[in-house]
Amino acid sequence: MDMQIFLQQLINGASLGSMYALIAIGYTMVYGVLRLINFAHGDIMMVGAFLTYFGMESGLSFELAALLGIIGAAIVGILTDRIAYRPLRDAPKISLLITAIGISFFLENLFTVLFGATPKAFKAPEYITKVFHIGEIYLPISVIIIPTITLIILAIVLYILYKTKYGMAIRALAFDIKTVKLMGIDADKIIMIVFMIGSALAAIGGIFYAISYPSIDPLMGVIVGLKAFAAAVLGGIGSVTGAVIGGFILGFTEILVVALFPELGGYKDAFAFFFLILVLLFKPTGIMGQDLERGRF
Amino acid sequence: MLKVKNLVVKYGVINAVRGIDLEVKKGEIVTLIGANGAGKTSTLNAIVNLVKKSGYVEFNGVDISKTKTHQIVQMGLSLVPEGRRIFINLTVEENLRMGAFNNDDKFEELKEQMYNRFPRLKDKRNQLGGTLSGGEQQMLAIARALMGTPKMLMLDEPSLGLAPKIIGEVFDIIIELSKTIPILLVEQNAFAALKIADYGYVLENGQITLQDKASNLLGNDEVRAKYLGG
Repeated sequence: MDMQIFLQQLINGASLGSMYALIAIGYTMVYGVLRLINFAHGDIMMVGAFLTYFGMESGLSFELAALLGIIGAAIVGILTDRIAYRPLRDAPKISLLITAIGISFFLENLFTVLFGATPKAFKAPEYITKVFHIGEIYLPISVIIIPTITLIILAIVLYILYKTKYGMAIRALAFDIKTVKLMGIDADKIIMIVFMIGSALAAIGGIFYAISYPSIDPLMGVIVGLKAFAAAVLGGIGSVTGAVIGGFILGFTEILVVALFPELGGYKDAFAFFFLILVLLFKPTGIMGQDLERGRF
Repeated sequence: MLKVKNLVVKYGVINAVRGIDLEVKKGEIVTLIGANGAGKTSTLNAIVNLVKKSGYVEFNGVDISKTKTHQIVQMGLSLVPEGRRIFINLTVEENLRMGAFNNDDKFEELKEQMYNRFPRLKDKRNQLGGTLSGGEQQMLAIARALMGTPKMLMLDEPSLGLAPKIIGEVFDIIIELSKTIPILLVEQNAFAALKIADYGYVLENGQITLQDKASNLLGNDEVRAKYLGG
């Protein structure tokens, strides 16, 4: 493989990794505060992409439609917490997990019933999909835009977590919910903020996905969601930075494996889970992860 | 200031607290003493609704029996929990910031007050809470609670696991605080607690078996035999 193709694949990997990273942040943050693997999270990404699609269908510009998708997904995320998870705060964690799977099925089937299972073509504006070239490398602009926006978003999330009182409360909550309440802080409100941030980021990931693979369907969040979950575990569940690192590693690996060994292309989805198994076997806390009963984020 | 009536806490089939009454008046230090497992911590947690309970609790003339924990704290009843519960993954200053979560305007001013009162916290302001010694963590836990400008403070075993010299410092701080706000002090170290308190309750198996002026309890034969080592 020559250098140009390698570079091209590297950039593609960064773009794919960005999507995993954005979705993985939500997994990791929700896990941090609730010790819940929110299996409905991949479907929130689907909701974001669908709302954007319908926003554009009804005549909104792409930017406004994307905003609608992001805000809509954040609201759906907050509602799942409010309706499904909050009543189970004191219940065993397994009840919470089963509920999350239930929410996942609910969202997938709701969107299938409402909008049909047939994939819909997603038409991103030309300034995003336009192909440009540097030397021999031909790339759509989106593969540059996506990782750039992802890194900016990561910086914003880290700023919120480390420099604002709400971010500090999120980190404190990951350590000790009862003591957070003793500070006069409404823990449910902090958890709501976590669902809001996580869901908004998942929606952005979903929109990026729709731009890159220009079609969407109600089950699009299943496999991407699972891979983002693998990325979160790889990076160290509970760590936002870890989730981003895990996402990029997964993105690069997936693209490069296919580029280097085209005959393995059919197995590309298996790599994420192969990674997941390796991490669970040899370093269950992941790259950035810490002992689960100590601090996270 | 604080009135508790017929407080009951059950964990499954176990009755941790079996219907106790207690009262803390303005200007008082009241102590609740008793052996391990007598129900002291459960009582404090139940007052702020951190655990399920039944019974009546009144703070500052308001019924707070069903009020949520964070709202009780916002009303001015603060609890320094057992084991200090410092956020070990946050810095000292961030811990103080959490204490002042609803006190944004006064944060800087209160912070300086705390650093003056606890100079060692100032030296370690940017260190993680988990790196502090037990005594420093207790100071931080008290300072963090004070950042919310409470109207009354409850302290759960502030002397637990501390060196005798540090215990003395902590009790000095409690005496100092009691000049401005009433204090409900839970202690296993009954002697030290009764010496600084105005009034005391003895808790046994979730029931109050004895209550009197602290000075009288110090002289009481039964209390001496059970809690003061003869």
